[in-house]
Amino acid sequence: MPQLEQFSTFPSQIFWLAISFTALFVIMWRVAVPKISDTLEARQNRIDDNLERAAEIKREAEAAIIVYEQSLAEARTEASTIISNATAAMAETAASREAELNDQLNAQIAKSEVTIAAAISAAEDSIRTIATAVSQEATKRLIGESPSDNDAVTAVDSVIKAKS
Amino acid sequence: MAAGQSPLAQFEIKTLVPMYPAGIDVSFTNSSTFMVLTVITVSAFLLLGMRKSQLVPGRWQSMVELSYVFIANLVRDTVGPDGRPYFPFIFTIFMFVLFGNMWGMIPYSFTFTSHIVVTFAMALVIFFGVTLIAIMRHKLHFFSFFMPPGVPMYMAPLLIPIEIISYLSRPISLSVRLFANMLAGHTLLKVFAGFVISLGIVAGWLPLAFIVALTGLEIVIAFLQAFVFAILTCLYLNDALHLH
Repeated sequence: MPQLEQFSTFPSQIFWLAISFTALFVIMWRVAVPKISDTLEARQNRIDDNLERAAEIKREAEAAIIVYEQSLAEARTEASTIISNATAAMAETAASREAELNDQLNAQIAKSEVTIAAAISAAEDSIRTIATAVSQEATKRLIGESPSDNDAVTAVDSVIKAKS
Repeated sequence: MAAGQSPLAQFEIKTLVPMYPAGIDVSFTNSSTFMVLTVITVSAFLLLGMRKSQLVPGRWQSMVELSYVFIANLVRDTVGPDGRPYFPFIFTIFMFVLFGNMWGMIPYSFTFTSHIVVTFAMALVIFFGVTLIAIMRHKLHFFSFFMPPGVPMYMAPLLIPIEIISYLSRPISLSVRLFANMLAGHTLLKVFAGFVISLGIVAGWLPLAFIVALTGLEIVIAFLQAFVFAILTCLYLNDALHLH
């Protein structure tokens, strides 16, 4: 086995091992490891930054949603106020119009009643006049004597009173 | 079998550029070649993959980051936040062993982790480093590590030697595990490759199919052993930092 026979090569193997291993270690220590770790760190920082920014944007979005919902609620309240105001105003208008109309109608009714009463009394007067005349004429034909106007009127009135 | 065709011939160290400063043999060999290649490929993999260092990584950059995060999680899970300063070392260990093992999977290449002297040297550095960290951090209190808490006093004469032996055998088990896995896997591949030739075109397909399957298994082992080496380093480091 050359490993345990070529003892004379041991110094050379150890020498070159020391040189090459030391060289690799220095390259690693001074150049490669710092470079790789810097890159990894930069990436980690970038990822953390981005996550942080995403969280910030999310917070902003949530704040905007709150503001939006607030203004929406305000708008709703305002709209319902306007609607109730309008309803109240319309109801008032309707009530006043109705009252006006009622007044007008009542006035007309009253006027009509007066007219009707006048017509009734006029009709009663003409009926009395005619009845008086008829009764005078009828009495004259029956007894040949015409009662005085006053008597006739009194008689007719008493009959009308009794009938009505 | 001829000398060059032994299944173990692949582990032979071949001098490419002889160097003898002050009489010591530090020649540049096939082993050294693959160590240098490993350093170059690991550095290229990491640095070229990160050259743009994009916020949204491409495929290559993703692989680089994956390997980084894989070992970073390993250190965090086994050692905790105290392990952060040692992360570059653990990452270097892992990538060095992983790429060394992977280079060895290429036919006609050389696997430097299949040499006990290499793995043992790495294990010893880890062992002494970890022990030094423990002593610097806990001073004399470190030696309470060999006496687990809650154990009755009369057990101490038995337990303390066992704990010390198990502590001292750590570098051996750490190095032999990696070395033996690489040695066995590559030897097995070579043995079956020999069967393909000796059985010829008629029956040679069977060992060939086996080699294909075994190569897949060896790639998994190459990764697994690198991971095991790194995780054990982390566990030893954790013991050093937190004792029990």
